[in-house]
Amino acid sequence: MSEDVTGMASAGANIAGGVLTNAPEVPRPLVKRRKARSVDGALIWIAENALLLALGVLFIVPVVFVIFTSFMSPAQALTSDLIPHSLDWQNYSHIFNDVPVLTWFGNSALYAVLATAFMLISSVPAGYVLAKIRFRGANAIFYAIVIAMLLPPQVTAVPVYVLWTQLHLTGTLWPLILPNLLGDAFSVFLLRQFFLTIPSDFANAARIDGCSEWAVLWRVMIPMARPGIAAAGIFMFFQSWNDYYGPLLYASENQAAWPVSYGLATFRGIHGTDWASTMALTVIVMLPVVVVFYFAQKAFVEGIALSGVKG
Amino acid sequence: MVGPMVAGLLVFYVYPLIASVYFSFTSFDLFTAPAFTGFTNYIFLFTKDPLVGSAALNTLFFVLILTPIKILTALGVAGLLVRVKRASGFWRTVFYLPALVPPVASVVAFVFLFNPGSGPVNVVLRFFGIDGPLWFNDPNLAKPSLVILGIWVMGDIMIILLAGMLDVPRELYEATAIDGASGWQQVWYITLPTMRPVIGFAAVTGVIAALQYFTEAAVASSVASGRASIGEGPGATMGYPLGSLLTYTEWLYIRGFGNYQLGYASALAVVLFLVAGTVLMFAMRRVRAFTPEETS
Repeated sequence: MSEDVTGMASAGANIAGGVLTNAPEVPRPLVKRRKARSVDGALIWIAENALLLALGVLFIVPVVFVIFTSFMSPAQALTSDLIPHSLDWQNYSHIFNDVPVLTWFGNSALYAVLATAFMLISSVPAGYVLAKIRFRGANAIFYAIVIAMLLPPQVTAVPVYVLWTQLHLTGTLWPLILPNLLGDAFSVFLLRQFFLTIPSDFANAARIDGCSEWAVLWRVMIPMARPGIAAAGIFMFFQSWNDYYGPLLYASENQAAWPVSYGLATFRGIHGTDWASTMALTVIVMLPVVVVFYFAQKAFVEGIALSGVKG
Repeated sequence: MVGPMVAGLLVFYVYPLIASVYFSFTSFDLFTAPAFTGFTNYIFLFTKDPLVGSAALNTLFFVLILTPIKILTALGVAGLLVRVKRASGFWRTVFYLPALVPPVASVVAFVFLFNPGSGPVNVVLRFFGIDGPLWFNDPNLAKPSLVILGIWVMGDIMIILLAGMLDVPRELYEATAIDGASGWQQVWYITLPTMRPVIGFAAVTGVIAALQYFTEAAVASSVASGRASIGEGPGATMGYPLGSLLTYTEWLYIRGFGNYQLGYASALAVVLFLVAGTVLMFAMRRVRAFTPEETS
């Protein structure tokens, strides 16, 4: 994995892209050390690397134990053994045979894919307009978006829930998917921040050539904003994939509509003390995230840095 | 082009905020029309509700303890990573990846790791002759256990802080090094002041996230209690053990969507809005990311 991470360094020209990859220029606080201090420097180097190694092990170890336990027999998982006797896939086959895990995955995929697609349709134009076009009320809309994205969802939950009840859509994931057609506040914020970093010269040239705003967005800005759009899309995808509160509110009473997060949360309740199968399911839920991260790490990091650092 | 977004703000934010205030003055069970009851809900909330106080205190714990610990850990790790040259991509991935794991999965994993019987944490402690505590099953330790989980998933904050740290101009370090500043002096007088906007962003989003702390507490209670929760939903186990994990937003969920006391839940929501709104006002004035800058 590390090989691929470093391989992306050349692409990570800007600061955000360089964070997870090998940042080419790392500030070295102690630049010109006098010779007398070099022993100190070596000690500091050893201390830092020892600390890093220890912390790194502490961060990796939880996942290792989870994976180990997922290969234990249910009986062994109740002992104080840390390492499985043998590589036993029975917990995994148990999950795929006896738990509707594929339905859960299907529901999660439907939720995440449609929410992301709908968000992009509505939020890319909004982010572009807020970044690049001056109009009356632009600041007011921007402030409203910041408030909307920071407001705890519980504040608006009751009236929104009543609304979806009246539309007879509770018991499904649609109340979580459909609102994205009307823009997602955090995504618009993120996209606006990205559009701000793109110079307006090309857009202005296209306007002089008679392009409409839609044509400017579609032909000029979107191709240049691809990294930002990818970041917003991936965030939305994972926010939907990881969501627990939304499905709890709207889909908990209809098992056929459960996504993986919700299914995993109820699993141990049903399966009592079967830690081995619980860990196998936990691994299955974690796995897609790691896979997607592996292929899309640059977009992730760019988006995170963008939300916090720019501006 | 911005029309759908404006419509979305009106339908999903402006209308619900106004409606919440209205519902908060009514008795409303979703199936019959709301009945106006004046300040009854608020009087009950502030004088009679047996659990809202402890729920608010539990949430306050996460605001005051979890958020700073997370940010300080993230600062420390970022400070370490900024100096690492070898395999830096690998290390950054190690510390960042846990933040991407679905919260439900990381909570389930941690409740297992810390379970008193076969949990690896207590097994390792036993190896050193220490009798491990009950962690998620101990009312005094359930919240600190979630803080440990919070440290494991600090990667998203860490990445933001790391990006900010890499943004500090090198010349500042070089100039002060020539003047004989020590490493700690450089951290205190250069790194931290330059990073103030980034730290401010992390603090504001951290406090807001802690105010709505829900999933981790609800799932930890449900899994640690080990009770079958399929028919009754997680509302039945929320707060386990002994109400120590009952957060304010969980209480709102129980009253509103467990008992269908939507009027009372709206009163709880309005109070939450006032608290979050205060944080937001501060944020919009002080955090640069939340102010509209000049369009280029």
